[in-house]
Amino acid sequence: MDGMALIIASAFLMGLCMLALLVWTMNSGQYDDLEGDANRILLPDDNDR
Amino acid sequence: MGAVAAEDFAAFVHREKDGSESFDVAVRGARCAACMAKIEGGVKAIGGVNDARLNLSTGKLHVVWNRDAVKPGVVIDRVRALGYEAAPFDSAGVLDAQSQEGRHLLRCLAVAGFGMVFVVGLTDSIWYSNGDISAAHRTLFFWLAGLVAIPLTLFASEPFFASAGRALAKRQTNMDVPISAAIVLALALSVWETVSGAAQTYFDATIMLAFVLLVGRYLDYLLRDRAQGAARHLVTLQSALARRFRPDGTLETVAGRELVPGDRVLLASGERVPTDGTLEDKETEVDVSLVTGESQPVGVSAGQVLRAGTINLGRPIVVSVTAKMDDSLVADLARLLEAGRQTRSVYVRLADRAAKAYVPFVAIASLAVFAGWALVGAGFPVAMTNAIAVLIITCPCALGLAVPAVQIVATGRLFAKGVFVKSGDALERLAEIDTAVFDKTGTLTLGAPALATRVLPATLESAARLARASRHPLSRALAEAAGPGPVAAGVREVPGSGLEAEVDGIRCRLGNAEWCGVAGGHGELWFRKEGVPPLRLEFRDHIRPETRDTIAAFAPRNVAVEMLTGDHAQPAAAIAKEAGITRWRADVGPAEKAARLEDLRKHGHHTLMVGDGINDAGALALAHVSIAPGTAADVSQRASDLVLRGDSIAPIVEAIDIARKARRLVLENFAFAAVYNLAAVPVAALGLVNPLVAAGAMAGSSLIVTLNALRLARS
Repeated sequence: MDGMALIIASAFLMGLCMLALLVWTMNSGQYDDLEGDANRILLPDDNDR
Repeated sequence: MGAVAAEDFAAFVHREKDGSESFDVAVRGARCAACMAKIEGGVKAIGGVNDARLNLSTGKLHVVWNRDAVKPGVVIDRVRALGYEAAPFDSAGVLDAQSQEGRHLLRCLAVAGFGMVFVVGLTDSIWYSNGDISAAHRTLFFWLAGLVAIPLTLFASEPFFASAGRALAKRQTNMDVPISAAIVLALALSVWETVSGAAQTYFDATIMLAFVLLVGRYLDYLLRDRAQGAARHLVTLQSALARRFRPDGTLETVAGRELVPGDRVLLASGERVPTDGTLEDKETEVDVSLVTGESQPVGVSAGQVLRAGTINLGRPIVVSVTAKMDDSLVADLARLLEAGRQTRSVYVRLADRAAKAYVPFVAIASLAVFAGWALVGAGFPVAMTNAIAVLIITCPCALGLAVPAVQIVATGRLFAKGVFVKSGDALERLAEIDTAVFDKTGTLTLGAPALATRVLPATLESAARLARASRHPLSRALAEAAGPGPVAAGVREVPGSGLEAEVDGIRCRLGNAEWCGVAGGHGELWFRKEGVPPLRLEFRDHIRPETRDTIAAFAPRNVAVEMLTGDHAQPAAAIAKEAGITRWRADVGPAEKAARLEDLRKHGHHTLMVGDGINDAGALALAHVSIAPGTAADVSQRASDLVLRGDSIAPIVEAIDIARKARRLVLENFAFAAVYNLAAVPVAALGLVNPLVAAGAMAGSSLIVTLNALRLARS
């Protein structure tokens, strides 16, 4: 029973971490220009930055 | 939007906290990685620019530099030199409300998705245990599932609760009322079952329901955002910029809406009057086709009123502003727009019409099941459980997806064809039309003058040698008629009068009547070759090449066509004949246009209005559905439901076809959802539904509806 409590608690924590990560990606504007990002991978890397 | 040197865009530069400055540019025409590299690279190459980043979805280029390192005009010029249209991006806060809604939906979707995975993990271990689990463990797992599911579902369902609340406050129902009821009741029932130690709960099904519905809601949002973003972008590019005199006599470029009465504005030849004002200079010639629909240029003298949207054709003029931009439209026009908005808001979307029939059906079915079980002597818990099972299984998951799934595919196809759909229900309304009303100037016609006088080729060529040197619209029309060729040496241009040069050793003049020493009117050119009597050149607006075929396509689709124009009867008759339109009216003012549409509506017609002028804005707002060409005035684009991206009006026919097909698919989806519900209700009523079946049925029906919508993407 102790083992299971640990597993459930850690699963819950991991889930919350994922959720926090997703909200962070959202707030940092990573979904603001999906079209541009899809095209941007085709560009050569900028060395001047 | 003339690219005159030394435009000062300082008013559009934002100062950042770290001391750098940023400047947003609306760029049009960038579509791919190559454009992005070209624009970003080109702008970064300007000395002093620290960073340039183009958002391909919105077309906004964000440029950053150290304080005062770069003049914003240089950035605009560079982007224009690369071959793209560019203008300062005047955000004015319009972007924020929309993207906040999107972020909220995405957050709800993320929360529901996380909760769903977690809860299903807990409950599936019970469903697949084949009873091989002790009652104590089962109850513990249910409690854990509830602990996660209840707060997360309630949080994620906020969009439904809010919408249901708004509808109930107005004493109406919509789809969100049964959805909200099902979510709350299912959670309450599950808690009750867990407390009483029962073997089944609906925690997983409820959060899954919220997740699938949020997917539909988010699709709907994406659709609106993409279309409106594109339309907004067009408006930004066209939004009036004005060069205002500072008190010290220097010029600054500001957004038109910042002008206040008393400001003095400089207007170059070919520029549009940003807001109502009076002419300070002696006289000029203006193009009023967007304001009144009149195709011939009109003369204006000092002190006379210039309406917003008028284009200056003469030499650069100074205009004294008499009204703010918001007040600059004639009062009755503003009133017409408002009236149109009210008629429009009466329209009930298909999904809400379905909800109206659906909500009582579900409520009665649930009540009947409750009463039935109570009558046969089952206890209160059993009757309640089965009544709620009916509510859950009939929850309009498929209905919630039926409309947005089809509309997102339809608008995606239209977008590819160059049609922006500005609102979700515009396609539903477009599918219903039986009458189409067209404006003439700029809609059926090109909206630009073309040579109408027959001239000997030799004479035309000598006149064109002068005309090619000028940017005046009539000169350009003459040059176009003559085709490419050489320019006479040493052409002298006197703005507001005409051109002079020697062609083959003979002195020639091209310009207005006075310039050539004769008496004449406006909207014509005179050509005088030394020793030959002056020749009068008339210009006329020509029909678009695709107009005839487009108009002809309406009859087979059972749509009657009519033309309303503010122009005079004679040119109207000629264009109507060329276009193949038999029903037309000329000399129709803005209020009369709107009145005619009101009249058609009273007679039960569903009218499509196509127009580009400021004088059409009222009619566009009053019509059942309206389309504006990409060249239209920005008020007209704002009043319309659909905006054409290109210069052709041919996509209108395709838009109607796609709208009708989309409507058929939506109805098919509704029919499917109805059949599904009719089959599911008895099963639920008899108490045969277990949570696994409920969840599976929900996912299955949503999938079928989505696949049906995708059929529109083919063919």
